[in-house]
Amino acid sequence: MSLTNDQLQDVANLARISVEDGWTDGLRRDLNAILDQARLLDDPRLDAIEPMAHPLDQTQRLRADTVSETDQRVTMMAAAPAQEGGLFLVPKVIE
Amino acid sequence: MSTNDSFERGEAALINAPITQLKAWLADGSLDAGHLTGAFQRRIDSIDPMLNSLISRVEPVVPRSDGALAGIPYVHKDIFCAKSTRTTCGSRMLADWVAPYDSTVHERLTQSGAVLLGKANMDEFAMGSSNESSHFGAVANPWDSNAVPGGSSGGSAAAVAARLVPFATGTDTGGSIRQPAAFCGVTGIKPTYGRVSRYGMIAYASSFDQGGVIAKSAADCALVLGEMAGFDPKDSTSSDEAVPDYLAGLGASIKGLRVGVPTQWFSDALDSAVGDAVTAAIDELRAAGAETVEIDLPDADIALAAYYLLAPAEASSNLSRFDGVRFGYRCEDPKDLQDLYERSRSEGFGAEVKRRILVGTYALSAGYYDAFYRRAQMARRLVTDHFQRAFEQCDVIAGPVTPTPAFDRGAHSDDPAKMYLEDIFTIPVNLAGLPGMSVPAGFVDGRPVGLQLIGRHFDEARLLNVAHQYQQRVDWHTRIPPLGGDSSNY
Amino acid sequence: MSDYVIPSGWEAVIGLEIHAQLATRSKIFSGASTAFGAEPNAQACAVDLGLPGVLPVLNEGAVRMASLFGLAIDAEISRVSSFDRKNYFYPDLPKGYQTTQLARPIVVGGQVTITTGEGKQAREHTINVTRAHLEEDAGKSLHEDFHGMTGIDLNRAGTPLIEIVSEPDMRSPEQAVAYARKIHAIVQYLGICDGNMQEGSFRVDANVSVRPEGETAFGTRAEIKNVNSFRFLQRAIEFEIERQVDLLETGGEVVQCTRLYDPDRDETRLMRTKEDADDYRYFPCPDLLPVVLDEATIESWRAELPELPDAKAGRYQSEYGLSAYDAGVLTASRATAEYFEAVIARDGADPKLAANWVMGEVAALLNRLELEINECPVPADKLADLLERIGDGTLSNKLGREVFEALAEEGGSVDAIIEARGLKQISDTGAIEAMVDEVIAANPGQVEAYRGGKDKLFGFFVGQVMKAAKGKANPQAVNDVLKRRLDGPDDPGVV
Repeated sequence: MSLTNDQLQDVANLARISVEDGWTDGLRRDLNAILDQARLLDDPRLDAIEPMAHPLDQTQRLRADTVSETDQRVTMMAAAPAQEGGLFLVPKVIE
Repeated sequence: MSTNDSFERGEAALINAPITQLKAWLADGSLDAGHLTGAFQRRIDSIDPMLNSLISRVEPVVPRSDGALAGIPYVHKDIFCAKSTRTTCGSRMLADWVAPYDSTVHERLTQSGAVLLGKANMDEFAMGSSNESSHFGAVANPWDSNAVPGGSSGGSAAAVAARLVPFATGTDTGGSIRQPAAFCGVTGIKPTYGRVSRYGMIAYASSFDQGGVIAKSAADCALVLGEMAGFDPKDSTSSDEAVPDYLAGLGASIKGLRVGVPTQWFSDALDSAVGDAVTAAIDELRAAGAETVEIDLPDADIALAAYYLLAPAEASSNLSRFDGVRFGYRCEDPKDLQDLYERSRSEGFGAEVKRRILVGTYALSAGYYDAFYRRAQMARRLVTDHFQRAFEQCDVIAGPVTPTPAFDRGAHSDDPAKMYLEDIFTIPVNLAGLPGMSVPAGFVDGRPVGLQLIGRHFDEARLLNVAHQYQQRVDWHTRIPPLGGDSSNY
Repeated sequence: MSDYVIPSGWEAVIGLEIHAQLATRSKIFSGASTAFGAEPNAQACAVDLGLPGVLPVLNEGAVRMASLFGLAIDAEISRVSSFDRKNYFYPDLPKGYQTTQLARPIVVGGQVTITTGEGKQAREHTINVTRAHLEEDAGKSLHEDFHGMTGIDLNRAGTPLIEIVSEPDMRSPEQAVAYARKIHAIVQYLGICDGNMQEGSFRVDANVSVRPEGETAFGTRAEIKNVNSFRFLQRAIEFEIERQVDLLETGGEVVQCTRLYDPDRDETRLMRTKEDADDYRYFPCPDLLPVVLDEATIESWRAELPELPDAKAGRYQSEYGLSAYDAGVLTASRATAEYFEAVIARDGADPKLAANWVMGEVAALLNRLELEINECPVPADKLADLLERIGDGTLSNKLGREVFEALAEEGGSVDAIIEARGLKQISDTGAIEAMVDEVIAANPGQVEAYRGGKDKLFGFFVGQVMKAAKGKANPQAVNDVLKRRLDGPDDPGVV
């Protein structure tokens, strides 16, 4: 399996990461190396195995429905790159 | 300012003392907590410029606590949020981010009285095996400045090896505690998945990440882990399994202990000198009364392939929150939303992080999920089943941590796939969520070698005791790197 | 009720996806409050903001409420359900993924019964529910101008939702609206959603396709997003059916797409086609473990189920003798049923009289004031007082309406209004006889004409007596006395 440049562009777009110029060839090579290795997963011994999502053999614990957080907006928004009137600002979103 | 006592004792004694010894001195009044932190701060001042093991220094606050670690200095891997401290995760993305909340690990260590002195360097977002992917520069191996310290907890391991602090926190997703501990000649433990809370520990791959300790000895690890571990209601994947008194468990004899040795791990892929050191260490366990049994742990290559799809897949999703909107790096003058996302992420993340995000995105994308992600999850169970079978024959598994000693800086930076092979003995442990340790076991050409010990789920007490019994018989863990200059005094 | 008719020769196929915000106190994965209307971002804690390092812990209340919904529609409650991540970038989605349930939803199957038409035209239909799953809501983008920027408020981020997905079982806009209303009623009866469509607590997306009558294969569908009232739902589906039929009849084809209903223009407008649909890269959320529910828990929730709309409507018919239509209207919302039941809780209350008043005067008042029944200026106990006075003859229906208006405008007690306005009905026979006699004496010509067979003049006499009584005479008593005096043998006027 080998990744084409178009596929790489699609993936980059999904991940919102730009891949430009000098970087693409090396990147494709690295990605292809990993995907080559992934061929090991075609091993037929895996066919009958139940996928394992998590190493912890436990079930989800449920939290009581109580409000435990108070307004910490000032603290939580201190690191916002752009804000006004308690809102995070982003370039205009066109719906 | 200094007491006569500590002059007599000398700073060398302080920096090399086991934590229990420091506690005893603090308790009997012969050592002042302020003096202790001062000694380590001065040591950091003089040594760290050579190592670059710390990203940030933290003004110490000696906590009012009579907890188990009262007055003991340490550093966090810079992946743990500590309120009001800069928490960078080794990335430009968070270069100026001051955490507005405490991780559970930080909360617990603070409660037990430990004194935070700084935040340790690391591979960016914990992705790396050499600490070369940090935005804040590479870290030198204290034993050899041409060698990498390992990664991703390279700063933590280097800091402890250089005796800049008695212990450091670390995290291990595919070997990130054990491998740098091995490369730097210090003791590290990655506990069972779920043993230490992940709350406030910046996620790389959530179903693999586990916090742990790097310290000078198994006994110090036991003491610190006991304070870090335990159920956390803020982490759904935290276990409510009771935490035993690890320190109290250290006296037990290992007579009759069944040590499993995976034959496949001692193959051509293993550097022969490393193999010899590890074999000698296993012989030492036998000399202490343990029995060795050969066990079968195949499919390390499949484990590696599975890990390098699963971990990037989780990472690609975990790192989506870094979008330049609410915190972290934001590009200059974004012209629209797409531009904001693309440039903030492309400029904020380094090459290795972007590479793994792209691999993960691809592995999860439509049409490939079944071929990649799902198959990798099946492989995860296959590898876990291998361990389960092995533990029917033995109580702990012993083997190498890495195929080679610390490699040279820049050696693998042009070939990520080769770099990934560094993790071949550590990754299977993370797939299965088992506890694993790295224990100093000698040197090859002046670079340290580690012995890996792997236990059953939640069997940290036994692992720590085996390591401790080993450390009663050898002195590898007490060796101090020759750091030149004034370090010769120590 | 719309009288829309689907173009002849065509059949519409409609399925709905309904997002209902669950009425928990705290968010689905954090301890932040879900209350509506706080200052922007004041209810967005570290977890809701998706700060580096935070982790989700599932709210028991959300699981319970989703399960109650499943039990109410006779669905299967999954003994094991799990959460997945749906990955996409949007400024109001803090983590870059939505935590939702794709592979193993908590509610599987189930159905509701709807009725369309009235009287003899009334038809019942069973609409099947495919699944209902738990997920987290996103924040809000505020498009007012902030120097050409958009503002992001994450207070809503992490509010628990259930997404209720129906089978494509509906064949008309009317059925779709009836189904949406029934789900709306059920979630409110269960107390798991406030149902406020303006505030976005209950949001409907409609999948609409058309096919020639008799065709069994589905046509290509369009998804209409975020319709925030039942009236708009009706209009949006009507518009979409017309649009698709027009396309197909003129040789065009329907392209699978997502559309937005614009109520100002009364049209649906293209948002995106399938080609540029995002690839959501779903995978199991590694921060959450499988949710396992045991029988005992599920049974304890089942025991909590209140009387639901269908059961209540049945009881109104059998117990109170109401018509199926009236019972349906009174049970269509939990608030209406509660109001009605509070009115008839009074000893000696007449359920039919109460039903007429609730569906008549009360509904008209609310309609005029554009209020919901829980905001009704005449509370149920006041209406019960009023109906009691009608029942005991103190008030006529007509005077009752006057008191009702006074209650609505000024408040106060029923008896005080009757007293202050002198509205007490005259039922005293002696007084009425006196007035009748006066009227008969004053209008000999009309008496003669009436007795000569001009029956219609009876109304004239009633009017004259009521005029003399300033409208307060008990109409029944007036009728009786008049009849006796005008028709009877012992008529004093004939002396």
